[in-house]
Amino acid sequence: METGKPGSSGSSGSSGSSGKGVPAPMAEERLGASRAERLSALAQRHGALVTLILVALAASIGFDTFATGDNLANMAVSSAFLAVVALGMTFVVITGGIDLSVGSLFALGGVLAAWGSRYGTAVALLLPLAVCGVIGLVNGVLIARARLAPFIVTLAAMLLARGVLLSVTDEGSTTYLVDETSFFARLGQDTLLGIGVPVWITGALFVMGAVALRRSRFGQYVYAVGGNEDAAALMGAPVARTKIAVYTLSGLCAGLAGALNAAWLVSGVTILGAGLELEAISAVVIGGTLLTGGYGFISGSLVGVLLLKVIQNVINQIGSLDSAYQQVVSGAFLAVVVIAQTWLGRRRRML
Amino acid sequence: MLSVTGLSKSFPGARALDGVDLAVRPAEVHALVGENGAGKSTLIKVLTGVYRPDEGEIVLEGRPVRFATPLEAQRAGISTIYQEVNLVPLMSVARNLFLGREPRGRLGLIDFRRMHQAADEALRALGLRVDVRRPLRSLGVGAQQMVALARAVAADARVVVMDEPTSSLEPREVRTLFEVIRTLKERGIAVIYVSHRLDELYEICDTVTVLRDGRRVHTGSLAELDRLRLVSLMLGREMGEVRGKGRAEFTGAHRTSGEPVLEAIDLTVRHSLRGVSLRLRPGEVVGLGGLLGSGRSETARAVAGALPADSGRVLVAGVPVRTGSTPAAIRAGISLLPEDRKAEGIVPGLSVRENIALAALPGLSRFGLVDDARIDRVVDTFVKRLRIKASSPHQRVGELSGGNQQKVLLARWLAMRPRVLLLDEPTRGIDVGAKAEVRGLIDELADEGLGVLLISSDMEELIGGSDRVVVLRDGAVVAELTGAEVTEERLLRAIAAQEGGGPDD
Repeated sequence: METGKPGSSGSSGSSGSSGKGVPAPMAEERLGASRAERLSALAQRHGALVTLILVALAASIGFDTFATGDNLANMAVSSAFLAVVALGMTFVVITGGIDLSVGSLFALGGVLAAWGSRYGTAVALLLPLAVCGVIGLVNGVLIARARLAPFIVTLAAMLLARGVLLSVTDEGSTTYLVDETSFFARLGQDTLLGIGVPVWITGALFVMGAVALRRSRFGQYVYAVGGNEDAAALMGAPVARTKIAVYTLSGLCAGLAGALNAAWLVSGVTILGAGLELEAISAVVIGGTLLTGGYGFISGSLVGVLLLKVIQNVINQIGSLDSAYQQVVSGAFLAVVVIAQTWLGRRRRML
Repeated sequence: MLSVTGLSKSFPGARALDGVDLAVRPAEVHALVGENGAGKSTLIKVLTGVYRPDEGEIVLEGRPVRFATPLEAQRAGISTIYQEVNLVPLMSVARNLFLGREPRGRLGLIDFRRMHQAADEALRALGLRVDVRRPLRSLGVGAQQMVALARAVAADARVVVMDEPTSSLEPREVRTLFEVIRTLKERGIAVIYVSHRLDELYEICDTVTVLRDGRRVHTGSLAELDRLRLVSLMLGREMGEVRGKGRAEFTGAHRTSGEPVLEAIDLTVRHSLRGVSLRLRPGEVVGLGGLLGSGRSETARAVAGALPADSGRVLVAGVPVRTGSTPAAIRAGISLLPEDRKAEGIVPGLSVRENIALAALPGLSRFGLVDDARIDRVVDTFVKRLRIKASSPHQRVGELSGGNQQKVLLARWLAMRPRVLLLDEPTRGIDVGAKAEVRGLIDELADEGLGVLLISSDMEELIGGSDRVVVLRDGAVVAELTGAEVTEERLLRAIAAQEGGGPDD
């Protein structure tokens, strides 16, 4: 992440590169952003985090059972799978795209991992990654090279992956189990320092993702493609390759999340993953990433996932409330976030 | 340094480049000029790898090259600054500046410290001091253009292509740009400079290539080519040929009388118009002359409220009209026939009848309900009057010829009973017979007391059809030709005249 050091010291324009003829400075642009602009930017960036902290505080005061170790650990693990899916989705959304196939890929990844686990951990991990990665790659190629709409392409992939899943499991009637003593199952089940292994893996992936997005050239291309595709192409950015890469990445993330989930559940549950793509998109948007592309960050998506899960947990805690209300609250929350984002975005453009 | 031979490029229905040659030497600023459709943009896009040529060869520093993408062209040393700023507004200034060639440190990660410092230095060298961490969109357009310039020259460019770089710059930013161009020259870099502003060309360019209709018509030293000759080459009118040709041989001469029906006073629009004033009397056809980019269409659009004016007033028959509002202008009786009739005019899927009635609909309906009988009467009148050739009023406009489409548009505006008609290139892209008919119609309409403002790149049409010609250059009125002065020769001289002075030879 970029550090906001004030004033770039040591650049007193003393470089001899242009030798003579350095033109007199023209009208000095305002240095630094205005107060209002900074506030808007801050709200857009950290609004979700502030909300998360407030909701979590309120929940721990309101319910004795919220801030217990068990509950938190459970939430962390169940968030981890959605978080990995949202990680890949963040890249896609920043390029201005959308990936609807991740829910199906998540389920397919789980089933393939469970089936493959009898041939060892390597197969259990690599098979779903390979299959889901290839589907993501095909998505990317169709979107970037054949210039088809991401919505349609990934919708088709979603149906296709679901179909493959059903055929592999005899219409969903076969559930492959993972041997609980295998190393693969322990990947999902074990804890390290009291925290589940999937959470550690997720954390590591998010650090890598954040570094890739902010500090690598690929990350710059992702932002450029989403910010202004034509300009990015004219500036020499590999637009098509970048798009293909993000959809492949999204497929890989969904497959991996499915595999980890299967390890956690020690079985490949076929009915999982429906609607997961929408949850992932919600989390990404709540985290401050613009659905129109060009702006967003990895940490926000993590916050978005946690916020969704905390809301879900709180509603479960209120025994009298139907769990259906969880969707109502999540939906309302998403609407509020999108409205706030649009409003903040407009405000900043005007400043 | 860079040479192009026999370059051709066709698009469906048009040959954009036809065997064009171009040679640019190191440390040379080469002007590329031409009017609309001359092929400048296509040539630039071929050079920068956006388009691939059908035929021809590009040789860069002795090696034949072929670019499949803009990236390849940039790697080979051809950088480009586009007319519209082509950067990513949401990304920071430094990220824009270094996209694709960020300084990298350990593990291949971007070294932001070095990047910000280098970006700051690069921009300071161009006289721009900004916080390079801010998003690009928070900068003014001029500053953004300077960032684009910094990006273009920072790469190891051998050739820098500038496509109308000054169109959104303030005068002092233009000075900075020119100083940068001179620095580039000292470094032995070749510059291809595209602009419509003659003063700029003569100030900064060494050589000039004139394109017209996809062909190269002239290459040579700019200093040896006087302005009049340059303009003649661009417009395709040889001086010998135009001498003496005047409006006498056309219809012209309308009875113009009374108070002006339209008065535009000091219309100013940032970057396009500088205090343009016009008067139009009933029954008069006033032509707007000038090169591409001189502000002709902008003037018409500002008068019609389609382009918000920063200052200035528009009066119709002495009554002020709110500027920047098309409904207000239409209510006052100003109708604009736009330049691009496909994009801004006709609705091809609708019938002739519907297209004509579209704008007049509010006036033809009662209690919000459309009065069919009245529409039929209006449509019938105009179809006859303008001699629109359609199988029936219900034929789809998309199926008509260009000339008839134009007449349908004209009918739409006439149905509004305007007092002022602004015609932007009314005969472009229609066949010769239809052209004559449209010109005849313009005359008739003026005879009936309409004030007509005519914009045309066709000199013959402009001179032949207008009672007066107001000449624009760089968004300002530079001359007005009346009576016997309305000749092609005078017009060419007025366009070519130097800033502040009269014709220069």
